[in-house]
Amino acid sequence: MNKKVIATASLAGCFGCHMSVLDIDERILDLIELVEFNKSPIDDIKKFTKPVDIGIIEGGCCNSENVENLRYFRENCKVLISLGECAIMGGLPAMRNGIPLEECLREAYLDGPTVQLNKEGILPNNEELPQILDRVVPCHEVVKIDYFLPGCPPRADLIWDALYALISEQPMNIPYEVIKFD
Amino acid sequence: MIEKSLIIDILQQHKNDCTRLMDILLDLHKIQNYMDKETISVLAEELDLSRAEIEETISFYHFFSLKPRGKYNIYLTDSITANMKNRKAILEAFERECGTKINNVTPDGLLGLYTTSCIGMNDQEPAAIINDVVFTNLTPYRVKELVKGMRAGEEIKDLIYENYGDGNNADPDVESMVSNNIRKKSIVLKKDYETYTFVKSGIKKYTPTEVIKEIENSNLRGRGGAGFPTGLKWRFGSQSQGEHRVIICNADEGEPGTFKDRVLLTEYPEMVFEGMTAAAYATGSDIGVLYLRYEYTYLLKFLKRILNEMRKKNFLGKNIGGIEGFDFDIRIQLGAGAYICGEESALIESMEGKRGEPRDKPPFPVEKGYLGYPTIVNNVETLVTAVKILQNGAKWYSGFGTNDSLGTKLLSISGDCKFPGIYEVEWGTPLTEVMEMCGAEDVQAIQVGGPSGMLVSLKDLSHLNSTQLMKWYKPSGMEVAERYIDRRLSYSDLPTGGSIIIFNNQRDLLGEVVMNFMEFFIEESCGSCSTCRNMPYVMKNKLQKILDGHGVKSDIEDLLSWGKTLKASRCGLGQTAGNPILSSIFNFRHLYEKHIQSLTEYDTVFNLENSVQTYQKFVHKEPVLFHLQ
Amino acid sequence: MENQIKIVIDGREITAEKGKTILEIARENGIFIPTLCHFKGADPKANCRVCTIKINNRMMTSCTTPAADGMEIENETPELNDIRKSIIELLFVCGNHFCPTCEKSGDCELQALAYRYQMMVPRFPYDFPQKAVDSSSPKILKEQNRCISCKRCIKTIKDEKGRHYFAFKNRGNKLEVVLDPDMGMEISDKLAQIAMKNCPVGSIIYKGKGFDQPIGTRKYDKTPIGG
Repeated sequence: MNKKVIATASLAGCFGCHMSVLDIDERILDLIELVEFNKSPIDDIKKFTKPVDIGIIEGGCCNSENVENLRYFRENCKVLISLGECAIMGGLPAMRNGIPLEECLREAYLDGPTVQLNKEGILPNNEELPQILDRVVPCHEVVKIDYFLPGCPPRADLIWDALYALISEQPMNIPYEVIKFD
Repeated sequence: MIEKSLIIDILQQHKNDCTRLMDILLDLHKIQNYMDKETISVLAEELDLSRAEIEETISFYHFFSLKPRGKYNIYLTDSITANMKNRKAILEAFERECGTKINNVTPDGLLGLYTTSCIGMNDQEPAAIINDVVFTNLTPYRVKELVKGMRAGEEIKDLIYENYGDGNNADPDVESMVSNNIRKKSIVLKKDYETYTFVKSGIKKYTPTEVIKEIENSNLRGRGGAGFPTGLKWRFGSQSQGEHRVIICNADEGEPGTFKDRVLLTEYPEMVFEGMTAAAYATGSDIGVLYLRYEYTYLLKFLKRILNEMRKKNFLGKNIGGIEGFDFDIRIQLGAGAYICGEESALIESMEGKRGEPRDKPPFPVEKGYLGYPTIVNNVETLVTAVKILQNGAKWYSGFGTNDSLGTKLLSISGDCKFPGIYEVEWGTPLTEVMEMCGAEDVQAIQVGGPSGMLVSLKDLSHLNSTQLMKWYKPSGMEVAERYIDRRLSYSDLPTGGSIIIFNNQRDLLGEVVMNFMEFFIEESCGSCSTCRNMPYVMKNKLQKILDGHGVKSDIEDLLSWGKTLKASRCGLGQTAGNPILSSIFNFRHLYEKHIQSLTEYDTVFNLENSVQTYQKFVHKEPVLFHLQ
Repeated sequence: MENQIKIVIDGREITAEKGKTILEIARENGIFIPTLCHFKGADPKANCRVCTIKINNRMMTSCTTPAADGMEIENETPELNDIRKSIIELLFVCGNHFCPTCEKSGDCELQALAYRYQMMVPRFPYDFPQKAVDSSSPKILKEQNRCISCKRCIKTIKDEKGRHYFAFKNRGNKLEVVLDPDMGMEISDKLAQIAMKNCPVGSIIYKGKGFDQPIGTRKYDKTPIGG
């Protein structure tokens, strides 16, 4: 069997979903037999070097870099999975959606109690920096997502079962305990 | 705050009865145009309720307010016909002349400018209500005059520079510029009935059971739109046990595009009340209430006079018509601006001083209605028709109409036609004939039964082959197409409460019409059901997505499928709140397909360039320059 | 046997006492019908609509409809389950339900129903409406982001005079459940705790303590709602 190619990304997330991938424990040895990793923070490959079968996205989009990265994944991956609450519904970063962006920026860089050092009122506007979106959006509101694995983080068993089902092209069995939103 | 003694006075007039909260609040709003915290605290204390409970009712109704409104309050209707008659220009004129944006009060507190759902003036739009006085056929010039007059502190009634309307619109107790526009009279509207004949003499010819029998034999069905058999309703009501029984006349005519009840109340009030009396006689009821929508407050004084006249003649009161023990009287309950109160159980809730949220059924109002008593709620037109039936007999009545829909129906016709107004037509009349009657040409679509009804077309599609039809009219292709060829007003084809709004080929059906109707449902939902509270909003956003060019094929299927969830709502409003979109997909699918991207399968409305604009503006402009210097 | 009636739910014949609602009979017989606004002991007001069933092809709510002899009821059908799931999804997108930060997560009935119906992602776009948090009461945090307007608190939390602590405000999609500002100042610890318990979601939070139940031991961590 040809090894399936997997790529992962962490957008506006906390990296917890990636940690949860590692939580599959010794099954990771089985996984290595079945797949090879391409672009991913796990192996630090920065650019796609070949077509990818399964792209796994952690985190939603809170800035322009997230959006670009997500679109880059969509172009290079046959199947795209939203992994975790942030990718699926914006998650914790999206809690700012109830507050206008100006207010967030003002609080963070100008008026907040911890910004006494920023006397000149410098705002992060270097061209190198990604630009912040009006509101944090789930991945499927930017590109088409094929599968959704909820959880904060998703349980390792759910990730394993889902990956195994995709790789082996078997139907997936979802026990009650593995679908959780927290 | 309103002086405490005044509040106590008003409360005492209503016996400190919290089921009369609507009247209490209406009286208080006459003194002060909003309810402040202190006033509400007094009410709460005296009525043994929490403040939140009082605010629950206040915040439900459009014409009640928790925030200060103006000395003069302008309510400009947002009905579709007003929009078709250039409401935009009127709105701009009001905003310019008042110096305030819509839904605001001028800084001096003089003028409040608000938008409001259809006020029942579709045949004389654009119209507005200012301090209970209706102004119709507004022009920007008239707006200028009105605002000038209000600024000069004139009585609002003195700002009617036009002739009063026809008929009783000119009555000293009405003095309104509203016109009746009765264009076609048939068996019900024909003035061949000497008022009060039934209470005077007819009543003696019938036993109560015979009255019910006669109405049952006539197959009269409720004229509000739902079409429940009237005789059966009366029978159920008469069989339910209770200390009292209640007859309610539902004059909360809120379905956009209908105004026939307004005309009936103006020209045939005696028959309306007589119909209520007949229903009371038949069912053994002693309490009568006319629930009048707030928008028709200008008729209140006049209607009260008629009731007083009837009392003087002993057509109301004790032993009516000389029949021992037949005691019945009618009071008028004003609403306060809520479409949903046209639903009978919501209307009853409102009459009990609560939010107009429909009740779960069973029990039905005929078993357990107003204050728990068996309650029969009938539409204005139903009651007037019942009087005619009792005069001429069920047999006479069944000579009109079709087999499944007997008699006639009052239509409120508006929109793109030469002669908007009231038409009484026999059931079974084809839509094409109705169009001819009212002088409608170049017809693209007709909204039958208001937003909760159907958007249909007149188009004869017989020249299309079935493949073409299937393509256009999925999923029920031929069936729909065949009905198209000659659509008729009847319970089996196009049932209607009477609202007929016509759109010509120049109209943007989706962007202009369907959007307006969806906004109406969002505004007027009581919010109680999770479905109707949220789904119309979600569906409207999806339609907007399609209109913005982001639509994909699956979006149409999504709308059809999401609409099904609305059917799980409690009342008719919720169940039909998706109809503007659903019926336009069924009957005008090509308009949707026109907007759909053929090559894209997935599209969201997300746009990166737009999404970073706020950031760019905040970060890159002044602060950046400042920083670089 | 005058007090006995027979009804059929999804083909299963059930004998029951007269005068009960379909939901009550279903529960007594171990048949699951989802609910959110229903609260045992309080008058039903079918707001949430998730207990919708079909009788004679008509949708009715099982919490308010009294069972009648001979009724044939559809419950676990793909159509009804899809409608129920869509209502749950609708409630998710029209509020702001950030489960990972919610004190009630794991004990939340809305979340539990989403688990039961395997909601991986709602079919509707997220709306992220702007909602307020009312923290004015010393005892209660009223989190409007999570409120599903089920009315349970309105129906069950009253003082000795029968006055309601909670009430609806506004209408349509602007509807919210608010805590009376005066009574919220005086609410007892006990009543505040009951209010939190009666809330099916995390919209009423008793101040001072939260997250005391470890993940894995909460109500719906291992056992689905309705068993």
